[in-house]
Amino acid sequence: MKSWLLTKDHKRIAVLYLATVTLFFFLGGAFATLIRVELLTPQGGLVSSETYNKLFTMHGVTMVFFFLIPSIPATLGNFFLPLMIGARDLAFPRINLLSWYLLVIGGLLALFAMLAGGVDTGWTFYTPYSTTYSNSWVIATALGIFVAGFSSILTGLNFIVTVHRMRAPGMTWFRMPLFVWSMYATSLIQVLGTPVLAVTLVLVFCERVFHIGIFDPALGGDPVLFQHLFWFYSHPAVYIMVLPGMGVISEVISVFSRKSVFGYAFVAFSSVAIAVLGFLVWGHHLFVSTQSVYAGMVFSFLSYFVAIPSAIKVFNWTATLYKGSISFATPMLYAFGFIGLFTIGGLTGLFVASLGIDVHVTDTYFVIAHFHYIMVGGTIMAYMAGMHYWWPKMTGRMYPEGWAKLSALVIFLGFNLTFFPQFILGYLGMPRRYHVYPDEFQVLHVLSTAGASVLAVGYLMPMIYFIWSLRYGALAPANPWGATGLEWKTASPPPVHNFDEAPVVTHEAYDYSTVMGEVIEVG
Amino acid sequence: MASDAHGETLALREQFDSEEQQKDASTLGMWIFLITEIMFFGGMFLAYSVYRNFYPHVFAVASSSMNAIIGATNTGVLLCSSFTMVMAVRAAQLGQRKIIILFLVLTLILGIAFLGLKAYEWNVKFEEHHVPGPAFHLDGVDTQGPAQIFFSMYFAMTGLHALHMVVGVGILTWLIIATYKGRFTAGYMTPVDIAGLYWHFVDIIWIFLFPLLYLIDRHLG
Ligand code: HEM
Ligand SMILES: [Cu+2]
Repeated sequence: MKSWLLTKDHKRIAVLYLATVTLFFFLGGAFATLIRVELLTPQGGLVSSETYNKLFTMHGVTMVFFFLIPSIPATLGNFFLPLMIGARDLAFPRINLLSWYLLVIGGLLALFAMLAGGVDTGWTFYTPYSTTYSNSWVIATALGIFVAGFSSILTGLNFIVTVHRMRAPGMTWFRMPLFVWSMYATSLIQVLGTPVLAVTLVLVFCERVFHIGIFDPALGGDPVLFQHLFWFYSHPAVYIMVLPGMGVISEVISVFSRKSVFGYAFVAFSSVAIAVLGFLVWGHHLFVSTQSVYAGMVFSFLSYFVAIPSAIKVFNWTATLYKGSISFATPMLYAFGFIGLFTIGGLTGLFVASLGIDVHVTDTYFVIAHFHYIMVGGTIMAYMAGMHYWWPKMTGRMYPEGWAKLSALVIFLGFNLTFFPQFILGYLGMPRRYHVYPDEFQVLHVLSTAGASVLAVGYLMPMIYFIWSLRYGALAPANPWGATGLEWKTASPPPVHNFDEAPVVTHEAYDYSTVMGEVIEVG
Repeated sequence: MASDAHGETLALREQFDSEEQQKDASTLGMWIFLITEIMFFGGMFLAYSVYRNFYPHVFAVASSSMNAIIGATNTGVLLCSSFTMVMAVRAAQLGQRKIIILFLVLTLILGIAFLGLKAYEWNVKFEEHHVPGPAFHLDGVDTQGPAQIFFSMYFAMTGLHALHMVVGVGILTWLIIATYKGRFTAGYMTPVDIAGLYWHFVDIIWIFLFPLLYLIDRHLG
C-alpha cells in the first residue's frame, strides 16, 4: 500500500489515476442515471426542480473536471508517454505524484460539496447566479475544481518538459508516435488555459466569500465578463478532452491496418493547430449573450476554421485504411466508432457555430447531443480503444476478445440510441436543464433513457472483464499486436525502469518492416 | 525500492542521463510554470482593463486616493530584492556558501519589508472605508459601484501578488536552511537558480501593478 501511495513510478501513478477517474466516471454515471430516469415522464415527479438542478450540475462537474480532463492524459499518457519516447520516467516524478494527490484532494472537496447538499449552478458557474444568488455549495465545488486544475497544469508541464528533454537517442520530433504529439498539444492547452479558469474561480470565490464585486451588475460589473473568461478556458478545454483521444486513434488505426499513418506530418501539426486555434473561438458560446453581432460573425468564422485540422485528421485516418490489411480487433472497433461519432459531433459543431442556426438551437438538447457525440462518442470511445490496445502492456494479461468486441458493439448502439434522439428533441425545441416538458417530447425522451440503459450495460462489461482478466486472462507477450512503438519493445508489464537496455531509435514511427518477424496474435 | 539501488544524487536523479539534462529540464519546467502564472494574472489584468475602459473617470479618482509614495517605496524595495537575489544566484554559481546565505537573507528581509508596507497600506484602506462592502465610501465620485469594482480589483490583484510573495518568503527560508546545511555546491545549485526566476517574476508582476493601480490618473490630469 505504502509503496503505491508514495510511488514515483509513472506507471504506478497512471494506475492510481486510472482507479480514481474510474470512480468518478461511475459517480458521474450515477447522476446521469437519475437524470435519465427523471426524464422518462413529462411531469417531472421524481425529484424537485432544485434537486434536478443539482443533479445535472454534479453530473457535469464530475464528468468534465474529474473524469474527462484527466482521463486519457493522466492514465494512458502517464503510462505510455515516457515509454513511447524511450525515457525511464517523466522529467519530474514527484510532481507527477503530487498532481495525483491534487486531483484526489480536489475530488474530495467536490465530493464533500455534493454530500453536504450539492451545487445547482450548472457546470458553467455563470455569474451573477453563482456569485450572489445560489444557496448551494458553490465555494467548496469551485475550490475542488481549482485544486484539480493545478493537477492538470502540473501534468501538462511535466509532459512538455519530458517531450523536450527526455527523448531517447535517435527519437527526433518527427519520429515520435502521433499519440505523443497529441499529448504535447494537449499539454500546451492545459498549461495555457487552465490558469485562466483558476483565476476566474478565484474571483468567483472572492466575490462569494469577501463580497467584493467584480461580476456584480448591481455595482456596474459585467457578468458576461465571467462568461468570456470561463469559455476562454473551457472551449480549449474541450480540446484537452478530445485531442488525446485523437492521438490514441492514430496509433490504433495504424497498427490494425498495418500501415504508416497517411500524412504523418499533417496529423502531427493538426494537433498543434487545434491547440492554437482552439484559443480563438470561445465567443461561439456567447452568440446570444450581449456579444456584438460583429464579434459573433468573427467567432463564427474562426469556429469554421478550427474544424479544418480536425477534418484533416479524419481524412488522413480514412486514407490510412485504404489498401491496409485491416483486422477488426477490439481497439479497431472502438476506433471505427470514434471516427463515425466524432464526425457527427464535429459536423454538428459547425451547425451550432453558424449564427443563424445557433440562435434557434442554443441551450437546447441539440447542443447537449453535439457535445456528447464528441465527449462520449469521441473521447470515451477513444479511451476504450486505448485501454484495450494497451491493457496487455499495462497488466501483462490479455482481455477476452469476444466479450470485448461485444462491449464495443453494445456501447456503439447504446450511445446512438441515447443521444441521437436528443438532436431531434433539441431541434424541436426541448430546452436543456428542464425536467418538466410537453407531452409530445416523451417518446424521444423514453428512447433516450432506454439507450442510456444499454450504454450502462456496455460500460459495465469492460469493468468486469478487465478485472477478471487480471487473474484469468491469457499471459500477454511483449508485442501482441505486432506494433512498432518503443513501448512494445519491453516486457509486458514493463520493468521499473522501463527498458533493460536504453533504446536507440533508427526508424520512423510506423515502419512495419521492422516488426515483420514478430508474432501477431490478433483475435 | 530499486531507485535507491541506482544511487541517485540530488544533481542527478535516476530518470536523467546527465546533470546537464536535469538542470535543463528543471529550468524549462520553471519557465513553463511562469507562463502559467502569466496566464493566471492575465485573467485579472483583463478584467482590470475592461473595467478601466468602462469607468475611466472613476478609476482615475480611485487611483489617486492611493498612497503613491508607499507604492513607489515598495517598488524600490522589490527592485533591490531582485538585485540581492541575482547576487545570491551568482554566489551559488561560484559555490560561496556564506555569501549565498548573506544575499538570501537580504532578499528575505526586503521581501518581508514589502509585505509589511503592504499590510500597513491595507490597514489604512480599512480605516478610510475603501474596502468593498456595505461600509464602502469613496469621496469624489458620483457612483460608488464602479469605485468598489476598482477596489475589488485592487485587493484581488495585490492580494494574490502578496500571496505569491509569502510563498517566495517560504522558499527563501527553505533555501537559507538548505544552504546552511551545505546542500548546494557550485555543481548543483538549480534550486537557487529557479527560485531566482520565480522571485524575479513576482517582482515583475508588481512592476505592472504599481502604475496600473497607483499612477493612472496622472495622464488624465
Ligand atoms: C472537438 C471537440 C468538441 C467538444 C468536446 C465540444 C464540446 C462542447 C460542449 C461541452 C459544449 C456545451 C457547452 C455548454 O454550454 O455547456 C459545446 C457547445 C458548442 N460547440 Fe462544441 N465541442 C467540440 C467541437 C466543436 C466544434 C469543432 C465546433 C465548431 C466548429 C463547436 C461549436 C460549438 C458551439 C458553437 C457551441 C455552443 C452552442 C450553444 O451553446 O448554442 N464545437 N461544445
Ligand atoms: Cu466551444
